[in-house]
Amino acid sequence: MVNPQMVMYEEEFNQIQTVVDRLVRDANAKVVAIVDKNGQLIAGGGDIDNVDTTSLASLLAGNVAATGGMAKLLKENEFATQFHEGEKANIYIQLVGRQVIVVVIFDARSSLGLVRLRVKKGGDELNNIFEALSKKVAQPGKDSPFAEITDEDIDNLFND
Amino acid sequence: MSFINYMAREINCKLVYYGPGLCGKTTNLQYIYERTNPEAKGKMISLATETERTLFFDFLPLSLGEIRGFKTRFHLYTVPGQVFYDASRKLILKGVDGVIFVADSQIERTEANLESVENLRGNLAEQGYSLDKLPYVIQYNKRDLPNVASVEELRQMLNPTNQPDFEAVARTGVGVFDTLKAVAKLVLTELRKGGT
Ligand SMILES: Nc1nc2c(ncn2[C@@H]2O[C@H](COP(=O)(O)OP(=O)(O)OP(=O)(O)O)[C@@H](O)[C@H]2O)c(=O)[nH]1
Ligand SMILES: [Mg+2]
Repeated sequence: MVNPQMVMYEEEFNQIQTVVDRLVRDANAKVVAIVDKNGQLIAGGGDIDNVDTTSLASLLAGNVAATGGMAKLLKENEFATQFHEGEKANIYIQLVGRQVIVVVIFDARSSLGLVRLRVKKGGDELNNIFEALSKKVAQPGKDSPFAEITDEDIDNLFND
Repeated sequence: MSFINYMAREINCKLVYYGPGLCGKTTNLQYIYERTNPEAKGKMISLATETERTLFFDFLPLSLGEIRGFKTRFHLYTVPGQVFYDASRKLILKGVDGVIFVADSQIERTEANLESVENLRGNLAEQGYSLDKLPYVIQYNKRDLPNVASVEELRQMLNPTNQPDFEAVARTGVGVFDTLKAVAKLVLTELRKGGT
């Protein structure tokens, strides 16, 4: 298949979480989330418990996919940045590398300029982490924990 | 593309319901949503027109339980079946791990079913996938209606390679979970093979 499998390990997760937590503070953000382009939440920080992150991640991925489709029509490679302004909350969306989306939710305590600046720095760091991660995943010997599952394991999932 | 998260000890897979307009894709998800325990499901999102036709997608996150200490999570999506939404269908197929083709059993929808399978095959191929290699199941929906083709006819037209297939009445739930389980099994079996 064309897509390499997406994998997250503890080591990289902790590095990502560190960047996310710092981004929350430095950008005065309410919420920062890292989402993969297929709509899976990778990490989140700030007031994340008050957001339905699963829904957010899926809608965000749909939005980014649609925007990418428009970019293609205009012969643009990608629109890497999006900003949505609300009355109380604003959303800033930044693509990082080929597979990752950074989303920052902020209010009047912050500003677009500050968020843009901090995301740029954090985005570079995240890009490095994800690149290292994809190399690690490509290494042999990183077999999936599912290599050993049996038909019985699978059947048991459906026995209730 | 499944996502194995060693940190959260969970695996995420993406399933897509495909098929012609009004065949019952959204109805499948609605039934699954209604019949699933609150702790096993997230919110269902429907991006639809005012007349309840799918405009971009429906989305339903489900947890199916644990395998070897890993939570299995499935993200269910439907595509918009109306022909002119093809650009959106392509987007939703990105990263898919398994496909459910929902056919409309009514005789007058024969052409629409065939076109939709061809469209699925083409859109997958554009992204480097082959329908013949992907976990794939077929559902013959709307079996409750009087003007339906026989299952043998449908099978011959839509399932030449003998994939798992099911008769269904999505409106009342007949066959809905059987279809879902079948594709989920195929996806997990694929993961065992190495999954990439
Ligand atoms: N009689 C009958 N009606 C059904 C069945 N399944 C779905 N329907 C009805 O068919 C209509 C269309 O169903 P949807 O689930 O919205 O169809 P869809 O495939 O999502 O359509 P699009 O979003 O346009 O692609 C609705 O009125 C459903 O109630 C079935 O098994 N039997
Ligand atoms: Mg629909």
